[in-house]
Amino acid sequence: MARYFTDEHEWIDVEGDTATVGITDYAQGQLGDIVFVELPDVGSVIDKGKDAAVVESVKAASDVYAPISGEIMETNGALEDDPALVNTSPEEDGWFFKMTIGDKSQFEGLMDEAAYKSFCDGL
Amino acid sequence: MRYLPLTDTDRSDMLAKIGAPDIDALFADVPEEARLSGPIEGLPMHASEMAVEKHMRRLSKKNLAAADAAFFLGAGAYRHHVPASVDHIIQRGEFLTAYTPYQPEIAQGTLQMLFEFQTQVARLYGCAVANASMYDGSTACWEAVAMAGRVARGKKRKVVLSGALHPHYAEVVRTMAKFTEDEIAGAPPSLTAKPDDDGLIARIDENTSCVVVQYPDILGRLPDLKRIADAAHEKGALLIAVNTEPVALGAIKSPGELGADIVVGEGQALGVGLQFGGPYLGLFAVRDEKHVRMMPGRLCGETVDAEGKRGFVLTLSTREQHIRREKATSNICTNSGLCALAFSVHMTLLGEKGLRRLAMENHRLACQAADRLAKVPGVTVLNDSFFNEFTLLLEGDARSIVRDLTKRDILAGVSLGRLFPGNESLANGLLVAVTETTTEEDVETLASALEEVLA
Repeated sequence: MARYFTDEHEWIDVEGDTATVGITDYAQGQLGDIVFVELPDVGSVIDKGKDAAVVESVKAASDVYAPISGEIMETNGALEDDPALVNTSPEEDGWFFKMTIGDKSQFEGLMDEAAYKSFCDGL
Repeated sequence: MRYLPLTDTDRSDMLAKIGAPDIDALFADVPEEARLSGPIEGLPMHASEMAVEKHMRRLSKKNLAAADAAFFLGAGAYRHHVPASVDHIIQRGEFLTAYTPYQPEIAQGTLQMLFEFQTQVARLYGCAVANASMYDGSTACWEAVAMAGRVARGKKRKVVLSGALHPHYAEVVRTMAKFTEDEIAGAPPSLTAKPDDDGLIARIDENTSCVVVQYPDILGRLPDLKRIADAAHEKGALLIAVNTEPVALGAIKSPGELGADIVVGEGQALGVGLQFGGPYLGLFAVRDEKHVRMMPGRLCGETVDAEGKRGFVLTLSTREQHIRREKATSNICTNSGLCALAFSVHMTLLGEKGLRRLAMENHRLACQAADRLAKVPGVTVLNDSFFNEFTLLLEGDARSIVRDLTKRDILAGVSLGRLFPGNESLANGLLVAVTETTTEEDVETLASALEEVLA
């Protein structure tokens, strides 16, 4: 299993033909207490870079963009009842959605863990 | 710096600085033919304040004021008695501000008042949550349609309007839908004793985001909201109920109880006078709390402060324009603060029992008036049910009859020809509203005048 990161502070776990997407620990720290997550409809097809979800904290509401193009297969229902999971476990239990991976070349240009860490250090 | 008018020297200095030869050069972008040359012709010279007052008083005598006429106008704006105490209370310094504060939590009194207002609207409409108000009934109606589009995530684009929705409300929806590209399916109203619920239900399909129904409707009739709600929900559409006379809800079941998902309306009838057509008060509520984040406008919430004391905040403002920019739920980040206060004060003075009594009195007087008017030869009452407003069918063009009666200081009602211009089949319809301000003498005046003009 490979994990990638985007400069929009999303992480993507790739397993076979499925990508699981969430926001990073750095992102949740910047947003503060998460109070609501709006997730996409299962079955909807989203292009890379388009809005896929909205994460709302006490400070702001921010869009989460699709890091790759694909179809939404599953969303994390646990976030409806407990959006704070994004704060407590951003990179595990607080995942947002799973999507299909059409074209694997889409991962080119994304960062690995070390590259993302130095990217955040530079912010 | 002294606040004195500019001198000619100031002007020429400034013109020299920007390199313009004269003031006219600054208007070079306005086409020559659109520019005014010289003074406006035919205007009198200035006059003293006393002379202007005298002139204005003379002009005002040409008006026929609502209180000086036998008054039967309604169709979305109602003449009710507003107790003097309402005006007194809303003018107190602690309350009197027409605007939502920009640093809201400082103004705890304003927020508490808005919170109480929301509670009153939610209870009146049979809903879980109401917002802090909108501009007026018609814009609230459009906001409800836009909200239904958000709930459907833009996947359903058809909006089914009841033919008996106030035509001005329908116009506002059509105007705004030009920009959202929603398909608006309307229909002309039919002059029948009961609203055409079957025809409305038949127009709902899988692509319908919402159905908009007025309750009581523009002709004063009562649609079967429960049945329409069930039919809408079966197709996955929301039911939007529109109410233009909140006093009616003291006598009939609330739209929320009957299954409407979004309830909107005009709040003018309580606490706010006719005041030349505005400013008025848009009311907006949702039946189910799950839709709260899709709501437009401001919302006040109750909370506790750091010491555990009760306090009020503007809540869920992350939906709003100043944070979400173009992705906000609505471009309305404000509310009709002063009108909402007047509504809330009037409601508080009435209380639940008072509102019920006021509603029953309106209905009783309206029934008496309908009975009397039905006895006029050439007049038929269309409705088989109504609250305080009903439709008469006259043997003759209602619009010209209304015009004739104004010469006798009778404002007989709103003709359907005026509400639906160009629709000949409605030309004989006259909408008559009766409230607690209508006397038996007023009704007799109207009835005997109609007897004369229809003879």
